[in-house]
Amino acid sequence: MINLLRRLGSRALSFLKRMGHMLMFLLNSIYYTFVPPFKFRLLLKQIRFFGNKSMIVILLTGSFTGMVMALQIYHTLNKFGSEALLGPAVALSLIRELGPVLSALMVTGRAGSALTAEIGIMRISEQIDALVSMALNPMRYLIVPNIIAAIIVFPLLAAIFDVIGIYGGYIIAVKLLGLSEGTYFSQIDIFVEWKDVKIGLYKSISFGIIVSWISCYKGYFTEETGFGAEGVSRSTTDAVVMSSVLILIWDYFLGSVLL
Amino acid sequence: MIEIIGLEKSFNGQKVLNGINLRIEHGEIMAVIGRSGGGKSVLLKNIIGILKPDKGSIIIDGVDITKLRGREMDKTRQKLGVLFQGGALFDSMTAYENVAFPLKEKIKIGKKALQEKVSKALEDVGLKGMEDKYPSEMSGGMRKRVALARTLITEPRIVLFDEPTTGLDPILLNSTHKLIRCTHETHGFTGIVISHEIPEIFDISDKVAFLYRGAIEEVGTPDEIKRSSNPMVRQFLTGSSEGPVELLCEKETRR
Ligand SMILES: Nc1ncnc2c1ncn2[C@@H]1O[C@H](COP(=O)(O)OP(=O)(O)OP(=O)(O)O)[C@@H](O)[C@H]1O
Ligand SMILES: [Mg+2]
Repeated sequence: MINLLRRLGSRALSFLKRMGHMLMFLLNSIYYTFVPPFKFRLLLKQIRFFGNKSMIVILLTGSFTGMVMALQIYHTLNKFGSEALLGPAVALSLIRELGPVLSALMVTGRAGSALTAEIGIMRISEQIDALVSMALNPMRYLIVPNIIAAIIVFPLLAAIFDVIGIYGGYIIAVKLLGLSEGTYFSQIDIFVEWKDVKIGLYKSISFGIIVSWISCYKGYFTEETGFGAEGVSRSTTDAVVMSSVLILIWDYFLGSVLL
Repeated sequence: MIEIIGLEKSFNGQKVLNGINLRIEHGEIMAVIGRSGGGKSVLLKNIIGILKPDKGSIIIDGVDITKLRGREMDKTRQKLGVLFQGGALFDSMTAYENVAFPLKEKIKIGKKALQEKVSKALEDVGLKGMEDKYPSEMSGGMRKRVALARTLITEPRIVLFDEPTTGLDPILLNSTHKLIRCTHETHGFTGIVISHEIPEIFDISDKVAFLYRGAIEEVGTPDEIKRSSNPMVRQFLTGSSEGPVELLCEKETRR
């Protein structure tokens, strides 16, 4: 019994320690975000990295999500004779929920995993040590550009996801289900408020921080997960799983607070 | 001057360094030889401050760096140039960018001057015309030499070389040694060279230290080491598999 308690206790302690370690990593990178010199070149490169890697997958998933939603919601609305509300229904769920969440999940799979692998490889091939030995701070050179790039790129990708999704829904609603073009867009105009856009924006900014933070952390400390190539592959998986779970939990939390 | 006193380091209970004492005078090149897996690279990483020792101190120019943290340590690192065993080239950068990187980040320098210096550095290591190659497109020996150029380009006052010539052909080996010697003559750095090149390493070093079982078994000028009566040193220099030095396979089975 005492043994069990002891084991539980040490588990809990090591969990807390790890959480503290991760939090320190984030605070550290926030510190270097505001202390010059700044690395604009690297920031631009990482913006390109996130955008370039995820664009196509965002376009694809965005359009199909909009189309599927239009189909599904149409049949429900049809029962009440309120098909006119199809546009706002699609647009609101995209802007407030699905756009930020799904695009964040897609970027996690595409760019987040690549980021963890890249930083992990830099760790095991001593490239990070080389930076340190040159008296250059790896936080500034590797981590901060990624976190800022994610804060910039995630809302943009979510916005693209929303727009493409709404047009996907439009194609289904107008071309397939015979809704009038005017109804679809004018109703969106009436129902979607600035507040909804802001909620989506807050969400995707925070998702950007979560994904870049977890991905960088897992790569940077890949040797905590395991050694060599195997360690990198495991931290990559860890980073994707952890980011995805955190995105969904944080989405619920933010959603209930911001409502 | 670098002074290492009673340095100890273990990994998960395995004692790698067990009380290292070593003194490298200003402007001197110290060669460190010893068994593979004997802890030479670990010693080097302790000097850079990438690994923290369990015990002991490392005094560089009068400052005990084992007590320094973050930014204070960076002040000492400004003086350092390090050639890592694996090269540690940035694989997102070409040969040119790799060599230019420390110069660009650390010293304000004009574009023209930078270009000249980097080209010269690459030429010195025999890699003229390879500027645009990425590390993944280079051979192991080429990577080593790019890394060497990157290490020397900032003209550091203290240079740590981890096996600068391993994997090079005999001609490149000699020209690399010559480059190290020449650079030493012009800039007069204090150096530590980890090497398996026996006897070539004796030609470029002022002193040689033999690392064995986590401690410095013997230090002396190359001549003293060559004439040493210590049976371990003798066996190591001749490379014989018979003698007092324990072989890897015995160690392996005991683990
Ligand atoms: N980060 C680490 N974690 C655990 N053990 C390590 C670590 N780094 C080195 N070791 C262990 O320390 C010992 C010495 O390693 P080191 O790399 O210093 O050898 P070396 O003398 O440089 O050998 P070589 O000449 O082959 O490069 C090895 O047994 C190695 O397993
Ligand atoms: Mg080594």
